[in-house]
Amino acid sequence: MSGPADPIRLPPEPPPKPRLWRFSGGVSPPYNKTMSSVHETTVARLPARLILPLHQHIGEAADPLVKVGDQVLKGQQIARANGYVSAPVHAPTSGRITSIAEYPIPHPSGLSALCIVVDSDGRDQWRERAPLGDQFAALEPSALRNVIREAGIVGLGGAGFPTYIKLNPGHDKVIDTLVVNGVECEPYITCDDRLMRERPSDIIQGLIIARHALQARQCLIAIEENKPEAIEAMRRAIEGLENFAVVPVPTLYPQGDAKRLIKTLTGKEVPSNGLSMQIGVVVVNVGTAAAIYRAIYHDEPLISRYTTITGTAVAAPRNLEVLIGTPIRELLEQCAADSSDLGELIMGGPMMGFALQSIDLPVIKTTNCLLALARSKQPPAPTVMPCIRCGACMDACPVNLMPQQMYWHAKAKDFEKTQEYNLFDCIECGCCSYVCPSHLPLVQYYRYAKGEIWTAEREREKADLARTRHESRQARLEREKAEKEARRKAKQAAMPQDMGQQGREAKQAEIQAAMDRARQRRDEAIARVQHQREPTPPASAAAPDGSRPDDDHQT
Amino acid sequence: MLAAILALGLLAVAFGLMLGFASIRFKVEGDPIVDKIDALLPQTQCGQCGFPGCRPYATAIAGGEADINQCPPGGETTIIALADLLGRDPKPLNPENGAVKPKMVAIIDENICIGCTLCIQACPVDAILGAAKHMHTIIAAECTGCELCVAPCPVDCISMVPIQHNILTWKWPAPPPDMRPG
Repeated sequence: MSGPADPIRLPPEPPPKPRLWRFSGGVSPPYNKTMSSVHETTVARLPARLILPLHQHIGEAADPLVKVGDQVLKGQQIARANGYVSAPVHAPTSGRITSIAEYPIPHPSGLSALCIVVDSDGRDQWRERAPLGDQFAALEPSALRNVIREAGIVGLGGAGFPTYIKLNPGHDKVIDTLVVNGVECEPYITCDDRLMRERPSDIIQGLIIARHALQARQCLIAIEENKPEAIEAMRRAIEGLENFAVVPVPTLYPQGDAKRLIKTLTGKEVPSNGLSMQIGVVVVNVGTAAAIYRAIYHDEPLISRYTTITGTAVAAPRNLEVLIGTPIRELLEQCAADSSDLGELIMGGPMMGFALQSIDLPVIKTTNCLLALARSKQPPAPTVMPCIRCGACMDACPVNLMPQQMYWHAKAKDFEKTQEYNLFDCIECGCCSYVCPSHLPLVQYYRYAKGEIWTAEREREKADLARTRHESRQARLEREKAEKEARRKAKQAAMPQDMGQQGREAKQAEIQAAMDRARQRRDEAIARVQHQREPTPPASAAAPDGSRPDDDHQT
Repeated sequence: MLAAILALGLLAVAFGLMLGFASIRFKVEGDPIVDKIDALLPQTQCGQCGFPGCRPYATAIAGGEADINQCPPGGETTIIALADLLGRDPKPLNPENGAVKPKMVAIIDENICIGCTLCIQACPVDAILGAAKHMHTIIAAECTGCELCVAPCPVDCISMVPIQHNILTWKWPAPPPDMRPG
């Protein structure tokens, strides 16, 4: 077990160490990384059934392109991006579509969402592939982005933001630095570490492509100092490349947060509510870079990823190269997890991950780690005590917020006040909860407050829409009434003014005559019918009280 | 003596002119307090408050004819917001106006609908689409859940269903209350 107490010293390197800055706050939790990082990554077994949620990324869910019963090939697009902020989904193996329905997906809510289920045929047969290869350099950045979009690549660090949007800074922005995030600051997670050690050239090739798309000047590869092997491997891979540098950064959580990393590398801070592009920096994860390389040089869409399977319940923790959609149960089995002693199953790390409700959920594009904690080894949940206003959270906050104030107002449901304390700059890193001596679930309060604010905003929008619609309806009714009134008036005006008593009588007589004619015709008709069917006298029976059904027609 | 009267008189005239000018120059059209109240109401236009819509209720609150606790769709949030705005004490919802219910949306059973247009006439936000003797349907995104279309339907084909959460509308629940030292 490596702890934060024994920093690993690096041998002196030829490139001069660039100046680094320090963000405020941060914590050093026990890293627990060696249990999985020492093992070579293996390819997970091909599962019999894959469940592919259509919403694995930030943005709109993808639109299915296949029907139940369709045969699909490995890498075939089975759902297309729906709108600008969206990503397509591809079949991770060849097989048959057996269901398109709602299944539980890995999400903090535990809710279900639309998924495509592929039953593998075991052949793992690829579709036709036409890799771009080195020709990418001749492509316009926008065409290149389109290829990346069609490959379904999203940020693999955990957020799942569609990568092609990140690579599109807009005409007015110049990107100076492309930062590659190999920091991996969360405890337990080692998938980026293993990827950097095992496939450094894939990452570098991906970076060259991303740099071309962004037209960025330089490329910095940031790796935490506690991964010396990865730093070594990446340094070897960039030999001979200009404007590429590997920058070891101090081991401190949350160093891997994009905005903290930018501060560490450049000393610049991204404005509140702003994007890193505004200060000329774009950050991509190492896994994302490798996925870009696979898409361009092998025409492989994002159908697999490195995932760390670790935790106290796992006997053989390690990294697996997993097809997206593989049920978590199979991965736990392959890593000899003790399912009878499984307490909490967390997707992501212990600081920012969320608990999963079932082991039958599938791996999605953002599943960087599955942390299975043994029930028998889990410490009892600490008692939550009142806030003593010690301010430890404030010192730990890497965003310079005042967590205790936000907690106070969120608890009192005074969400406006939480916003005054810049709630929406909170990155939910969990440093405040980690240091809280009262064990307050602070991050939970901020998530709750954010959710309430978003809901209120949505409701306000809906209310505004309803008000507009109601008002236009009222206006329409008024208008129609006015038009009717105007028509009536016009008709009245068109009528002869000198109708007088005589005219009205004449009109009455006309109406009377018309009614008489109608009655006469009806009587004749009745008589005719009676004449035809002599024995039955139904009409005569009904006639005296005049309640014949066809009376209705006259009124 | 005369100088003092003259000076005060002049001042009075000058300030009178300034006030007169200000009242014309900075005249506020309509009643801004009604707009502010209306902005806080949920705009379901359901009439449960006893007024024919949210704006009439807002006018009634501003005129002192109605209390702030008569809006069941707004619930506690709206009452607190109104109390804040008007500087009054929040009070519980008046049970005579109804109870707080989960957010609903109307659904027309399209197999039963006879196309009578009665619900279309009842809908305060024009969220029902259809024509005489043609099937009607509800535009769910525009429906406020006011239930005004349910009663007029002669064949009872409209039902109110609670809005289901999906992963886009889901929100984190409130954390459990802290333990107090015993």
